Amino acid sequence: MIETLLSGDRPRSRVLAATLAAILVCLAAAPFLFPGTRALDVAAKVCVFVLLVASYDLLLGYTGIVSFAHTMFFGIGGYGVAIATTRMDPTWGAIALGTAAALVISLALSFLIGLFSLRVKAIFFAMITLAVASFFAILASQLSNITGGEDGITFKVPELLRPGFRLLEEPLLGVTIGGRLITYYLVFCAALVLFLALLRAVNSPFGRVLQAIRENDFRAEALGYRTVIYRTIANCLGAAVATLAGVLYALWLRYTGPNTTLDFAIMIDILLMVVIGGMGTMYGAVLGATIFVVAQNYLQDLMKLASGAAKGIPLLPDLLHPDRWLLWFGVLFVLSVYYFPRGIVGQLRAWRT
Amino acid sequence: MSSPATGADALPQSRIDFVPILLVGAIALGAFALIRSPSTWVTLTVAGLAMGLLIFIMASGLTLVFGLMDVMNFAHGLFIAIGAYVAVSVMKIFGAAAAADSFAANLGAIAPALLASIVVAGLLGLFFERVIIRPVYGQHLKQILITTGGMIVAEQLIHVLWGPDQLPLLRPPTLRGSFLIGDIALEKFRLAAVVIGLAIFVALVLVLNRTKLGLLIRAGVENKEMVEAMGYRVRRLFVAVFVTGAALAGLGGALWGMYQESVTVLIGAQMMVLIFIVIIIGGLGSVGGCFVGALLVGLVANYVGYLSPKIALGSNILLMVIILLWRPQGLYPMSKQ
Amino acid sequence: MPDALLTLAGVNTHIGHYHILQGVDCAVPRGELTMLLGRNGAGKTTTLRTIMGLWRASAGEIRFDGVDLAKHETPAIADLGIAYVPESMGIFAGLTVHENLVLAARRGPLDDARLEWIFRFFPALKKFWFLPAGLLSGGQKQMLAISRAIVEPRKLVLVDEPTKGLAPSIINNLIEAFRELKTTSTTILMVEQNFHAARSLGDSVVVMDAGRIVHSGRMADLAADEALQTRLLGLSLEVHQ
Repeated sequence: MIETLLSGDRPRSRVLAATLAAILVCLAAAPFLFPGTRALDVAAKVCVFVLLVASYDLLLGYTGIVSFAHTMFFGIGGYGVAIATTRMDPTWGAIALGTAAALVISLALSFLIGLFSLRVKAIFFAMITLAVASFFAILASQLSNITGGEDGITFKVPELLRPGFRLLEEPLLGVTIGGRLITYYLVFCAALVLFLALLRAVNSPFGRVLQAIRENDFRAEALGYRTVIYRTIANCLGAAVATLAGVLYALWLRYTGPNTTLDFAIMIDILLMVVIGGMGTMYGAVLGATIFVVAQNYLQDLMKLASGAAKGIPLLPDLLHPDRWLLWFGVLFVLSVYYFPRGIVGQLRAWRT
Repeated sequence: MSSPATGADALPQSRIDFVPILLVGAIALGAFALIRSPSTWVTLTVAGLAMGLLIFIMASGLTLVFGLMDVMNFAHGLFIAIGAYVAVSVMKIFGAAAAADSFAANLGAIAPALLASIVVAGLLGLFFERVIIRPVYGQHLKQILITTGGMIVAEQLIHVLWGPDQLPLLRPPTLRGSFLIGDIALEKFRLAAVVIGLAIFVALVLVLNRTKLGLLIRAGVENKEMVEAMGYRVRRLFVAVFVTGAALAGLGGALWGMYQESVTVLIGAQMMVLIFIVIIIGGLGSVGGCFVGALLVGLVANYVGYLSPKIALGSNILLMVIILLWRPQGLYPMSKQ
Repeated sequence: MPDALLTLAGVNTHIGHYHILQGVDCAVPRGELTMLLGRNGAGKTTTLRTIMGLWRASAGEIRFDGVDLAKHETPAIADLGIAYVPESMGIFAGLTVHENLVLAARRGPLDDARLEWIFRFFPALKKFWFLPAGLLSGGQKQMLAISRAIVEPRKLVLVDEPTKGLAPSIINNLIEAFRELKTTSTTILMVEQNFHAARSLGDSVVVMDAGRIVHSGRMADLAADEALQTRLLGLSLEVHQ
């Protein structure tokens, strides 16, 4: 049964399987295992980013396309929902409409980008996506009537998801069964389902052709596969999932803005997560996102302690300063590309055999 | 530019494609038609040329490195940032001379600052080529990832060494203000930037066309393998070009910091988008294309910034799209074997 | 027969998964022009490139004047006195004829006497001295490529199909030039498909098939033996025009 759920893509390493199971349990029972708003926030963010990074892995790890425009689709999802619920009443219908509109725009854009990607070399393509992404970010901050500019849009959600809403009057196991909990499980379930769908996609014949293209696109073309079509579909699929991730994130935050979605720093974070976790594995996204988001929130506390302890030694307190946590991740990232090109997942699997 | 010489009387075809250069002129004239006021137009044009030439200084290295080595260094912005920050520190050291009212004294502060920027950026380039880039020659995916990663790490290190705040990099008194010619105000610093930029362009063109080193670079861009088969160690050439590109970026960064009169750690990243646009417009690998592309970008940014500030930020990307529709490989595509 | 300037012993070359050279053994006599013949895909170009170090031999030894080339990088190999004229000619289209030759003259400025010699055979080069090489015709480009290889004295010149795609009159011009070159005691290893050129210029001949040498000997002997030609090359050399 698990075999079918995972579409035959087994972890192939006991450590990995155990870790994935642990993460799943922690996320599934997060409101009960880790009480408090901060912990739940971290859990929700992990869910969203696992999905976002997995969708990027489809592009980078499975199809071999480096794109810097992924956050654009993330943002489109968020803005779609935000704009819809502020222009119309905050109903489920509005959310559906916003999501649908966002998907249409994302698919159209990713379709064009996908077609373009084949006419040009990889490096050229990467640079262009960088320009497109920054253009989009500029648009978002300039068209403040629609997008709320730099400040973004705070919006209301349907009754069921509001923090004040109570499903049960009394707390269950010490946890309030209310809007936040429901929103969390919406995010969690949707992320889980979509992740499994991605797993299905990469383990299908379609996914195998993608990998063939990644290895040697001339050969794939010679074998009769129209690489344009496959690349375009991969682009669209990745963009669509990223858009949905954006919708989920916006629903959780009840806010969307350039900082939470379009910032280039987020694109960098995604890159870090997918490479450190393991490109071309899907599970790498799970590990990478979990480690990264947890570290982002909790490692900084640790670093603050260490930084304080190192006072007096030249440079060390600055290097250990909590704001510099990205430095260490960056170093880890660079080392990963050189020495662990298969990421943590790949390394775990290699140690198994 | 393509019909072969055949019989006895074939004349050499004109080698220089003037159309893009005329485009620059056309845009300048078009802007004049829209702006109407000569004094505003001159100010904007000088600003555009200055900005364009500074971008050229920063971008020329990157395009050459790509043309010759097939390496796209996404961390190029790092050399720009280092140049700017080193300039800040050195200007601080020579604070008195920098604040004095005599040109000679000011020069005594600026010259070491610029020199330090060039040297430090160049050394960093040497380190970068050896440690980060060399292991991934030929692997484009890894290059993009590694250089992006290197950029992240370096940015953070800048935070450590110089702090996260915005640092001022004031122009010295003798370079502040403008020359007044009738109605028209010409900013002194911008003129200085134009002069330096042009000087560097001329120097690059001379080296590329009149020296054996330049010959090697031009030949290497076309066909590295053949150059090696003729007995030249192309690897050493790579390093030289990479280091020069880094040093130029450092110089550009220092000058840009002075142009903006402030430096933040994002200075590198901000310029990278513009630089990519410039080298894409110009044609990857072409120094001449980079020059024209930079002028176009600088002018467009300033004209549109005046005429229609709302679309100013996106205007350069639109410019790039339009030019790519006209010439998909850029204004001066490099022929590659 | 003179001693061998270049010997290959058990040379194997792999390109990716493909095993192209499967144990090449041959000797190139000093001061002569050795023709390397064979069907398409036999590995002739690969052999030249392996000698030049552009592709690494995975096994075997390549001795040139006592030095094992397999241990050296391409620039060092060129420095030993070996010039290479690839099938694609390898001229630099953006550089002028003059600049192409300047690059080829590693040891110093262009030698006037040598240039006069080159102009005698290839007057077009003198006429289009300042023209970007990309504007030359196919035959003129080939003349330039060969001139680059001989603008300074070399010990060994590797030439890959110089007459390919050229008009007969130009081919004759090239043959004359190579004949003259032979008198300077330059050793030449040439891949050719053109029978007329092969027979006119070759002193010794080496035939390759499927990555191995299947025949080596004197050109005169091969040219006289039609049966042998048919066996080795599938068609007789006559038809190969």
